[in-house]
Amino acid sequence: MSLSYIMPGFRGTLAFTVFYLSLVVLIPLSSLVFKSFQLSWGDYWAIITHKRVLAAFKVSFATSFVAALATGFFGFIIAWVMVRYPVPGKRFLDALIDLPFALPTAVAGVVLATIYQPSGVLGQWLFNTFGLKVAYTPLGIVVALVFIGLPFIVRTVEPVLQEFDASMEEAAASLGASRWQIFSRVIFPNIFPALLTGVSLSFARGVGEYGSVIFIAGNLPYVSEIVPLLIVTKLEQYQYAGATAIALTMLVISFVLLLLINLLQRWVRMRSGQI
Amino acid sequence: MLKPISAMSAGSLQALNDPAWVRWSLIGFAFAFIALFLCAPLGLVLYQALAKGWDAYLNALTHPDALAALRLTLVVALITVPLNTVFGIAAAWAITRFEFPGKSLLETLIDLPFSVSPVISGLIFVLMFGSQGWFGEWLSAQHIKIIFATPGIVIATLFITFPFVARELIPLMQEMGNEEEEAALSLGASGWRTFFQVTLPNIKWALLYGVLLCNARAMGEFGAVSVVSGHIRGLTNTLPLHIEVCYNDYDAVGAFASASILAGLAVVTLILKTLLEWKQSRA
Amino acid sequence: MSIELRNISKKFGHFSALKDINLEIAEGELVALLGPSGCGKTTLLRIIAGLERPDSGHVMLNGVDKTSHHVSSRGIGFVFQHYALFRHMTVFDNVAFGLRVKPRRDRPSEAQIKQKVSSLLALVQLEWLGERFPDQLSGGQRQRIALARALAVEPEVLLLDEPFGALDASVRKDLRQWLRDLHQELHVTSIFVTHDQEEAMEVASQVVVLHNGNIEQQGSPADIYDYPRNAFVSKFIGQTNILSWRDLRREWLDEASLPGEQPGDGAVAHIRPHNISVEKAVSDIDTPLTIKDWQHLGAIIRIELRYPQLQAEHGSVIYAEMPTERFRELHLEKGDAVAVHIKHAQWFN
Repeated sequence: MSLSYIMPGFRGTLAFTVFYLSLVVLIPLSSLVFKSFQLSWGDYWAIITHKRVLAAFKVSFATSFVAALATGFFGFIIAWVMVRYPVPGKRFLDALIDLPFALPTAVAGVVLATIYQPSGVLGQWLFNTFGLKVAYTPLGIVVALVFIGLPFIVRTVEPVLQEFDASMEEAAASLGASRWQIFSRVIFPNIFPALLTGVSLSFARGVGEYGSVIFIAGNLPYVSEIVPLLIVTKLEQYQYAGATAIALTMLVISFVLLLLINLLQRWVRMRSGQI
Repeated sequence: MLKPISAMSAGSLQALNDPAWVRWSLIGFAFAFIALFLCAPLGLVLYQALAKGWDAYLNALTHPDALAALRLTLVVALITVPLNTVFGIAAAWAITRFEFPGKSLLETLIDLPFSVSPVISGLIFVLMFGSQGWFGEWLSAQHIKIIFATPGIVIATLFITFPFVARELIPLMQEMGNEEEEAALSLGASGWRTFFQVTLPNIKWALLYGVLLCNARAMGEFGAVSVVSGHIRGLTNTLPLHIEVCYNDYDAVGAFASASILAGLAVVTLILKTLLEWKQSRA
Repeated sequence: MSIELRNISKKFGHFSALKDINLEIAEGELVALLGPSGCGKTTLLRIIAGLERPDSGHVMLNGVDKTSHHVSSRGIGFVFQHYALFRHMTVFDNVAFGLRVKPRRDRPSEAQIKQKVSSLLALVQLEWLGERFPDQLSGGQRQRIALARALAVEPEVLLLDEPFGALDASVRKDLRQWLRDLHQELHVTSIFVTHDQEEAMEVASQVVVLHNGNIEQQGSPADIYDYPRNAFVSKFIGQTNILSWRDLRREWLDEASLPGEQPGDGAVAHIRPHNISVEKAVSDIDTPLTIKDWQHLGAIIRIELRYPQLQAEHGSVIYAEMPTERFRELHLEKGDAVAVHIKHAQWFN
């Protein structure tokens, strides 16, 4: 469709959009790239292969990955219950799902830390019954990231589940499939691409997350120190070059991962006939 | 949605019904999870804030540092939300009403701030305006302070909340199509008139929704702001930063009193959001 | 207002939607732009309206070149395919919109607007719906309100994009008749787009057949039906038997149905079923045709004639039509040998 003929305001809105985008987003982001040019390759390599930096990358990506998978599982069940079962107070619960979106990360951070710290309500209980330490360990980071990631999963899976054509289920049932077969062979394959999208969104968000994590993580170098915190630490020590190198690396890795995830999604959609 | 009862009772379609034990365990799990992960934190904020009584709570809230943080948070939101709203409308108009080369690239770039870690979002402004940054020397010669001052906080928040309004409007306006606008134009309405009388009434709930989310994030942003603010008490601390400062000082009441305000904001946001979604679905 | 299109072309990317279109429409006509989907008919309508700009060519309204005029200054009324009623306005406000957005010096007073809108709602026979919202109307009602809204600005040309496309079959029938009546009453030059040949034939005074961005034929419905200019038009407008020169027996044809000149090898005759008259054969030796079956279509009967040598798309069958009464008089049975006589044929190479 060529919409451009009679609609007014094309030049004005587009010019403003591009101008504002450049000013607020593109030029500032490019500063990261230019700043990194001031580093020699050797310096850069030395910074990002430092043991503490590598450990932080490992912690960040591993916890985000585990958290994304866990959130995928929990979020799927919640979406399923919300869409499929007659739950009392559904509207209220559904609104609550977005709490992690709306709640400032600093609030989430101090609250989760308070709950799971060794003297906290759940922290104490978990330690006494299971010998499990949550706060100040990588597990604490995972807990915070599950909290942050939950709406990403539920909000991407819910609409697909809602629009799922019930007649497909009926057809499967009429052909003699059991409930489990219907779920695993008909429903789940149709929902899977959306679930994958949700998981990758929550993973991407988790890698960069800062506010909700630093309070519960304990930030022990080599154990529970995440990359964003390392960047902040470098900045506080006025090591701009170090901060830039780590930030750029993280940004590039994130973008590459997003690209890979997009390709994976295309592949899954293709295989399930959704493209 | 749920199958009608008649379909459930039909013998051959019994398979459409999950067995009761599955149903109840899933419902039980979902409730427990929501209670533990979502309700408990909200309750805890109130409990901790009021742990030492109302007086301590009110004292914490009216502490000069807390009031200064609240004021700064409001100022930041008042500047960033209108700017990003105007941008969101302009971007949505350009993208949904016209075809032009590079359109999908533009859409991707608008979403960019979503995929950048908040810490990096702060860092880039330090690199630009900080003492060692691009404009650092020039700015200090002019005695203009951006980093570790309010302008830095505003700019970082602009970046963080950049996509919110556009993100809400673009899919809606795409779906609406432009037939109504064409009809108005063909009946002789001017461009502005078409926008205000035809477009705006159709997108108003989604627009409000976007503004609401933008505002919630602007007031609650922590990572980016923490990098550019410098944590100067009473000067460059927003409410989220004030929480951190109090928490690190083992001032639980102070931290949770401020947290209660932000949590209240979140709850109000969720209520309004639910209302707006309901309105939009009826519009 | 008369309309003239000169050398209109339009491309979307590499796709040619319209190829050098020339068209003249006289004042007061009710014209159907007819064609299969993707033939360019909607694009053409939007170009006339000024909603789309042609890559080349001119749009002349009353002899004045209006190619570069804005849609609002062309004096057209446009009825959108999905009506495009303003969802947040009442029916009354929808119809009044075009009057209220006029520049102040041309704008009627509120009282005049009220009167005008009421009379328009009366014209479309929906005066009691003024305070409703579009969502509360049926499809047919929305269609009529969209029409009233377009008429409010007193356009000199009325353009309708698939006006009956989104309606139920029964509502569609009623609205067709209603649109005809309305046109007779207002006598405003009107163009509508449709892909339904029956609709075009029933409603329009002139039909323009479009195919792949070209105008295949323009003429009255009768012209187009009886004298299609090419095979596409013939097949697109109503049922037709397609028989090659080889398949036809000379004795079936008379002067009127013979080809004008000696036909080539590829020559085919397009014969409408009602142009084939059927008689009981005197003897079954000299005819290859037998009765296979028939269908009652109300006043007429469609007869399927088996013709074993024929290899056509739809099998070895020729269709003929005759009045039911005549069919009864003939006392035909399945399997009877019949003789045919072809009254009219269109020959194409």
